[in-house]
Amino acid sequence: MKLASTVLAAAAALALGASGALAQAKDHVKVGFVYVGPVGDFGWSYQHDVGRKAVEAEFGDKVETTFVESVPEGPDAERVIQQMARSGTDLIFTTSFGYMDQTIKVAKMFPDVKFEHATGYKRADNVSTYSSRFYEGRHVIGLVAGKMTKTNTIGYIASFPIPEVVRGINAAYLAAKSVNPDVQFKIVWVSTWFDPAKEADAAKALIEQGADIIMQHTDSPAAMTIAQENGILAFGQASDMKQFGPDAQLTSIMDHWDPYYISRVQAVLDGTWEETDTWGGFDTGMVQLAEFSDKVPEDVKQMAMEARDAIAAGTLHPFTGPINKQDGSPWLAEGEVADDGTLLGMNFYVEGIEGDLPK
Amino acid sequence: MDLSTLDPIALIVSLIIAATPLVLAATGELVTEKSGVLNLGVEGMMVFGAITGFAAAVESGSPWLGFLASATGGAVLALIFGVMTQYLLSNQVATGLALTMFGLGLAALIGQPYAGVKPPPFPRLDLPLLGDIPVLGRLLFSFDAMVYLSILLVAAVWWFLARTRGGMVLRAVGENHDAAHSLGMKVVPIRLAAIAFGGACAGLGGAYLSLVRVPQWTEGMTAGAGWIALAIVVFASWKPWRVLLGAYLFGGVTILQLNTQALSLNPALPAGAGLIVVGLVWLGLALRAGRPAGLALAALGLGAAALAFGLAAPRFQIGSAWLSMAPYLVTILVLVVMSRDRARAALNAPASLGRVFHAAG
Repeated sequence: MKLASTVLAAAAALALGASGALAQAKDHVKVGFVYVGPVGDFGWSYQHDVGRKAVEAEFGDKVETTFVESVPEGPDAERVIQQMARSGTDLIFTTSFGYMDQTIKVAKMFPDVKFEHATGYKRADNVSTYSSRFYEGRHVIGLVAGKMTKTNTIGYIASFPIPEVVRGINAAYLAAKSVNPDVQFKIVWVSTWFDPAKEADAAKALIEQGADIIMQHTDSPAAMTIAQENGILAFGQASDMKQFGPDAQLTSIMDHWDPYYISRVQAVLDGTWEETDTWGGFDTGMVQLAEFSDKVPEDVKQMAMEARDAIAAGTLHPFTGPINKQDGSPWLAEGEVADDGTLLGMNFYVEGIEGDLPK
Repeated sequence: MDLSTLDPIALIVSLIIAATPLVLAATGELVTEKSGVLNLGVEGMMVFGAITGFAAAVESGSPWLGFLASATGGAVLALIFGVMTQYLLSNQVATGLALTMFGLGLAALIGQPYAGVKPPPFPRLDLPLLGDIPVLGRLLFSFDAMVYLSILLVAAVWWFLARTRGGMVLRAVGENHDAAHSLGMKVVPIRLAAIAFGGACAGLGGAYLSLVRVPQWTEGMTAGAGWIALAIVVFASWKPWRVLLGAYLFGGVTILQLNTQALSLNPALPAGAGLIVVGLVWLGLALRAGRPAGLALAALGLGAAALAFGLAAPRFQIGSAWLSMAPYLVTILVLVVMSRDRARAALNAPASLGRVFHAAG
């Protein structure tokens, strides 16, 4: 009797396994995440981890998730990703631009493991890329900043001169300039994604130089805290940073990875996962805005909301000509809209931004 | 380019604030290393001090209690290292590295409820009359108490090591623990005290970050400051005043490069100005001591050339990667040039540094 049930169970397992192999569907997936900062950065990595938790909540026993935090970009990342792939992980999300080459390299060694690289542009049969159109959010905060600055000086804390960051600066500047021709951007590159002390020092330097609104493209809420201390305004980044600057934060561009992560895990469960490139914005909800502060006047808020809705509806593109490059050479003609290829490789400032783009 | 918006006094004030965590942590590590113990866990102790100080300050409402708690926290963490290395004779390098990871993890755990909490403000000492003196008032008398304490700490450590019997005993233990032991010095207790002191100072440095420089708690917020403190101790060839100089140089160039960018200034301008100041000081010292002043003159000449280039090409910029490297490069270069007499510099490294002491009978 016991033997029979064991045999039956084995047969059932075999059958399951066979059908699984056919459709390549799985009943359990192990998902790994590699983060560039600590999960408690209350910015970029924190928001990815919110997505990871959403995956756990959605699938319960069917998934097992792991993560490694504070992984430096570059060679060391390869070791971490490889370790993760070797330990039986089915799907690995590498969530920073600087993991691009390492992800591709490890993916070659593990053809059966699926990889997803955030914000990069290199793909393979088992490597997808995904990102958000953060520049759509930058357009909206640019409008608000242009309207609300009193010193006409916006301070911008930038991390590394990669296309994603350059795109953000250009989008915010063009929007601010469109509502305030006198607006000026002061840009400080800190060469790090996460270093609260350095981010705070950069914010102080910008305030010293007359900035009354701070934008950031780094991961910690340090600049928000400094803005709050100095009684100026700021925009949050990646996550709602209101708790760090209750009076300072005007709104925040929030990354919302949950639906994407859930859909990708589902695809692996279903056996339908394919290499793809996803770039969602306001339209898919991957980019969202935090609640506007009371300090934003009603008409400015109205304008911002209209811009957001128009972008979501596809009737407004933040990069619509005429736009010249910084050196005055034409980039987009009247009415022309930037194509994704140019945006993804953007390595120039638009006309009007001062200072050279570091190489 | 508009130089009128550059306020040199504000620059110096932010430089000193940026350097103070490094001064505190590096001075503590210097004492630990002088006793012959290499504790690589500075980063862990700093970040642990940052959260214990932050939590205590928030709960009690008093930043002073916060600093006290951070020193205690740092010392307790350091003593774990002390017990492991001094009694259980574990490897100092491995234990120190483990301490860093342990400190980062434990701090993240304790810090969970403190993200987004505002710490009580730590007031600047606005000395009534002195603070009102034009220029000098802001430059010398406008800081918070911890800045003065950090400088006092450097002075006290220098005095202790160079001028007291206790300091001599500590150095003897660091130079040759077997000889010190045979003379009846209590090697292990002395080292434990030095380790605890180093931990307390690192804790204070961390709390200065979380309570004053950034005023917030974020996981892993030291972001490598502990490693820089470690490096400064070595490059300062274990001399307290050079530690202060190294920390201020590092903080200064960091602040300067950020301001250079905010101003879209040619970096050759501040570099040239800095070189001329260094050259002048050096020249003065050399002339007073009757030593050849060739290098000082070279610094002056180089500074003048850089300044001329900066003025001639105001729009010239260099890559941000170079600017970010600058604090490290300048600090290493200056401290290495200062200790270029290799024989004398080597004399300063505690001879028993990192070696296990085991009293055999």
